[in-house]
Amino acid sequence: MNSASSHTRTRHRATFSNTVLILVILFLFLPLFVIITYSFSASKSMEFTTFSLKWYHQLFFDSDELWRAFLNSAVIALSSAAVATVIASGAAIGIMWYRFLGRQYIQILSFLPMVLPEVIIGISMLIFFSAVRLSLGLVTIFIAHTTFNLPFVYLLVTARLDEFDFSTVEAARDLGATEAQSLVKVVIPSILPGMLSGFLMAVTMSLEDFVITFFVSGPGSATLPLYVYSMIRYGVSPVINALSFVLILSIMLIAFTLRRFLKTIAASS
Amino acid sequence: MKRSSRLGITYAGPMGLWLTIFFLTPLFIIILYSVLKKGLYGGVEGTFSLAAYRQLVNPAFARVLFRTLIVAVTATVITMTLALPCGYAMARSRHQSFFLGLVIVPFWTNSLIRIYAWIAILSSKGFANELLKQLHIIDQSLPLIYNQGAVITVLVYMYIPFAILPLFTTIDSFDFQLLEAARDLGASRFTSITRVLLPNIRSGIITSGVFTFIPIFGAYTVPLLVGGKDSYMIGNIIVDQVTKTRNWPLASAISLIITLISTVGVMWMLMAGAQEKRERSESLRKAGTR
Repeated sequence: MNSASSHTRTRHRATFSNTVLILVILFLFLPLFVIITYSFSASKSMEFTTFSLKWYHQLFFDSDELWRAFLNSAVIALSSAAVATVIASGAAIGIMWYRFLGRQYIQILSFLPMVLPEVIIGISMLIFFSAVRLSLGLVTIFIAHTTFNLPFVYLLVTARLDEFDFSTVEAARDLGATEAQSLVKVVIPSILPGMLSGFLMAVTMSLEDFVITFFVSGPGSATLPLYVYSMIRYGVSPVINALSFVLILSIMLIAFTLRRFLKTIAASS
Repeated sequence: MKRSSRLGITYAGPMGLWLTIFFLTPLFIIILYSVLKKGLYGGVEGTFSLAAYRQLVNPAFARVLFRTLIVAVTATVITMTLALPCGYAMARSRHQSFFLGLVIVPFWTNSLIRIYAWIAILSSKGFANELLKQLHIIDQSLPLIYNQGAVITVLVYMYIPFAILPLFTTIDSFDFQLLEAARDLGASRFTSITRVLLPNIRSGIITSGVFTFIPIFGAYTVPLLVGGKDSYMIGNIIVDQVTKTRNWPLASAISLIITLISTVGVMWMLMAGAQEKRERSESLRKAGTR
């Protein structure tokens, strides 16, 4: 086969799609570019006048309410992601390896929350919580976030389990390991990357969610997106520009560190 | 492979229980609420009433539903038209994970902050208008925001990664030698794409289209923040019923309609996937008997 000519053809054919890809990526980054530029501007309105770090100063030293909202978001994100990871990983193992009554029911239920618009999930939960007289607050937000996180973690862990050879577990059992021992020593270590990426995805989605949280939050339980929403509606401060840039940087840092961490795990196993 | 059923339910039971209580039960409560009488201060009274459904049969609601469909279809078509070449370029690239990262990174910024950035870009004294003025293309600000165009632009922006990622995955698993074969047999570049590539990734296209259409159809924040008076979508109507009018039966009835439309979309997606699998195994069988 003439590899040189087929290679140039591949290149040539991809020109149009490459151009679209580059333009779309520029389109995706345009708002970020605008946010970052304005975060260093001294002006309070959306225009660039002179360079200033005052919004960063205000962010770190004079934004109590914002940090309270951030704390709420962090608590909800970590707790709901952790609970969702445990429950969904269990479900992935159970559905993948066992036959039992209700298996198909759980399987169908596991992807339904992903395909309904967020508004519907938010409204139905609000109505549910009021019907069972559970007052709105951090607890209801935690329940709602765990619910919409479950399908995503389940999906990612299932994908990882697909590559896992069940005979390894049988070998462990034949060698006398109990179910709990084989779970802790064999299964969990090998699906850990799937669980971790599921956990991270859940944290991200929880930090990001506005629509569902909007319905199930109560007084004093504002999360960061709710706080940002109130800022957009009732007077914007460029502090949120500064905050966005700080968040982008920290998430990139976390992702980078975790990538190295995951690579180390993959290399050791 | 499959072992005792007691262990299976121990593993999977908690998720089944959680989703039954916190996902399925709320949906059933919505069905119930939609046929009850509206309470005075929100909530419902325990008497049967079809008032909510009667309220749905009115031209104002039909207009919003129709507009929502038009906006959602337009935005989905634009999104898919852009996402297909993107998925293709990414699948053929040697720097796949780099491009994947570039597509995902903007989504680490909160969606509200990104909408807010679009307000800053499109508003009358915003980034876009100032740029056009600097370039002497216009001398008066264009009305770029608070209209249908702004809503569609920002919706495309919000959901394009959701379209690109599944398309990338499907195209990536496509055997590109088939394209080369078609070219060698004399097909033009365009024909080889439309007759060989597209039919082979059909279920991926449908999945990605459905996953784009459903959230756009239920959009709430985008029309609220960058739309004008005439940009209200069905999601906004529901939220108003809950927060302003406090008409929970009506909100429930509209929610049910959206749920039904989403279900139809998902069924279509699943059927397309199943059909493709069937066709594939059939052609394999034919190849085997030959």
